[in-house]
Amino acid sequence: MKTVEEIKAMIEAAVPGAVVEIAPNPNPALPHSLRIAPDHAVEVAKFLRDDEELKLDYLSNVTGVDWPESLEAVYHLYSVEKRHGPLVIRMHTENRTDQVELPSLTPIWRSAEFQEREIFDLYGIVFTGHPDLRRLLMWEGFKDHPMRRDYVEPDDFEYEPTAHDEVLKRAQAHKDSEQRTVNSGQ
Amino acid sequence: MLGEGILKGMAETAKNFFGSYFSAARMTTVEYPEHRIAPYEAARVFPFLVFDGKDWQAGMRCVACQICEKECPPKCIFIEKSKDKKPDALGKLQFYPARFDIDISVCMSCQICVEVCPFEAIKMDTEFELSTDDRFGGLLLDRKQLAKSNQYYRKIHPAEAAGVDAKLAAEKVKADAKAKFTAEAKIAAIAGEGA
Amino acid sequence: MSIAETNTEKFEGWNRPAPIKLEGEGELLEVAMGPHHPSTHGVFRMDVALDGERVIRLRPVFGYLHRNHEKIAEGQSYLASMPYTDRLDYICPITNNWAYALAVEKLAGQEVPERAEYLRVILGELTRYQNHASSIGFLIQEMGATGTPLMYAFREREKILDLFEELTGARMMVNYMRFGGCRVDASPGWLDRTRKVVAGLTKFTDEFDRLLSTNEILMARTQGVGVLRPELAVNAGVTGPMLRASGVNYDIRKVDGYGIYNRFNFRVPLGDHGDVYDRYMIRLLEMRESIGILQQALREIPVGPVMSPTARIRGFRPKRGEAYGRIEAPKGELGFYLISDGGPNPYRYRVRPPSLINLTVLEDMCLGVNVADVVLIFGSVDIVLGEVDR
Repeated sequence: MKTVEEIKAMIEAAVPGAVVEIAPNPNPALPHSLRIAPDHAVEVAKFLRDDEELKLDYLSNVTGVDWPESLEAVYHLYSVEKRHGPLVIRMHTENRTDQVELPSLTPIWRSAEFQEREIFDLYGIVFTGHPDLRRLLMWEGFKDHPMRRDYVEPDDFEYEPTAHDEVLKRAQAHKDSEQRTVNSGQ
Repeated sequence: MLGEGILKGMAETAKNFFGSYFSAARMTTVEYPEHRIAPYEAARVFPFLVFDGKDWQAGMRCVACQICEKECPPKCIFIEKSKDKKPDALGKLQFYPARFDIDISVCMSCQICVEVCPFEAIKMDTEFELSTDDRFGGLLLDRKQLAKSNQYYRKIHPAEAAGVDAKLAAEKVKADAKAKFTAEAKIAAIAGEGA
Repeated sequence: MSIAETNTEKFEGWNRPAPIKLEGEGELLEVAMGPHHPSTHGVFRMDVALDGERVIRLRPVFGYLHRNHEKIAEGQSYLASMPYTDRLDYICPITNNWAYALAVEKLAGQEVPERAEYLRVILGELTRYQNHASSIGFLIQEMGATGTPLMYAFREREKILDLFEELTGARMMVNYMRFGGCRVDASPGWLDRTRKVVAGLTKFTDEFDRLLSTNEILMARTQGVGVLRPELAVNAGVTGPMLRASGVNYDIRKVDGYGIYNRFNFRVPLGDHGDVYDRYMIRLLEMRESIGILQQALREIPVGPVMSPTARIRGFRPKRGEAYGRIEAPKGELGFYLISDGGPNPYRYRVRPPSLINLTVLEDMCLGVNVADVVLIFGSVDIVLGEVDR
């Protein structure tokens, strides 16, 4: 397969207006990845899938990552026909609070369907253009996004006495306050 | 012929069924608890603390270094260091655990505590019939319940215990030789000063 | 929103199946199959909307076994996540361990000694054998064979689990691979016992084949049911026996050649039709290929160390950067994506679960079939909820 610089040149030639950078990987385990701006991402993806030399028709893995300033979606692309890969492409959101949209690549590779739903569920990235964006692993009606680094777990569960004292204390605090409201309601 | 495949399959089932009256390979059920299979030597269930000699407190190898507590993945080990020290097998003064609890309802038998212990103090037991009706305290084993002797360790894991004993004996020989060397050097130094 | 009311107009170019046109009036019958269900391989729910017996819409719902393994791994060291990987696909703990060890070894640039590679191949192929045997057994049980082929498969599985217990100390949650090799060495006695077990496996596979493959009921129920087109399979990221049953030749053991798989001669069976019968047959043929690999590995295993001398158990801090390690697990492509920031804990730890991604096409395969066949098609995908939900 071609090198990352050659693929960058091919993308910029085929999709005018696409902004592609090389994101270096300090570890030799994986080649450098391509950071793609969200505007033309769907056309870039279509080019990568359909181009005769690359033919990256198999999307293996979609990962969400939580960085301090933004959220990120990382796509690992392989080719079943040409038996080469991987090519890693990434997209960043603007920030972590209100501008968390990214275009969905599900129309290009169907295997992104469940994985993008999982990233929406656990990180909060909203994929525009996804046909069925709902929570995947958590139940509907659950608030907050568990995989984020600043996620605070709820502690009003029913706990049994365990040897883990801080857990017990937090649960005990809720039990006492519930008891007081129940008694005052009578 | 229609049904030939089903008949061939039934012949296989019949072979297994009637064969189970004659060959042990086809009748593999062991009626537990009347008959039990002896556990393999490498089998691991929950950890226990090894002590040398007769007194479990004086002979306990654990020096409360708390490495197993840090490395335990589900954090089921709770250790409190003692304030004073006691001599270990080599004669050196070491801390000992004033509290060493393992919550076996959390322990997942991964054996990482055994791998990282530098003092051969914690090993895996093979006892699994530990059910109790006290679901809160009954599954939190304290150091007295965890302390088992080196003879017991030799009984359940003979080859492993032989290796550990050889290693500790070699360490003792080295420590004795070093002590003897330092003692002789001190005597020579005093004699040298006196002369 | 109830499943019967869900919008069935699909996104342009999205490769989704065309909605089934219904004639007449009336409502669709909504059935929730699961999560307490004897045939759903775990806690898994399928919301199906039925017209009589025909499936009009199917929506899989899972997350009942979600333990957030990825977040737990961010809070502890790399070694401490190894026992947790056992519990992902709990039928095949060895291959989970291997995939994780491979990813970390790539990240840290760690070499693995040759004997350890051979041991990994032996244990991996034993795992593949028992997984395929159990998977076929469960599929046949869901067809109504009330457990007989399953119990025969489990009888062989017991022999393999006894081998695991003798070597690693535990039957299932083995925690055997380490970053730089394997935890303990195999004694010559163990290798002899393994050779004896493998010698019996050929006879068992032949018996299993004679019992099932030409059975008319099996063929009538599975041939032509749940067809998956190869283009859809590749686009949906389906891997493993399901992909090969649709005729696509992609086996990661041949493509990547990880470990020492380049040294073994084995064939990759491919299917013609992509239906449930093909998937069953592919698993049976892969069982035979595994026996071939096992015999070759047991002949050629060299003596030597099983842990690399540069491997560290405590204080392990791999280089900064990212790595993706993938293997051909019995269920498909199992991959681990790790981002390291130079510290003792991973910054991001991601499991690429084959079972979850293979479920993407469940609805496509089940549209228009009877409800009884949904259970079969679902069984032929061969999922394990520990991996789907993590």
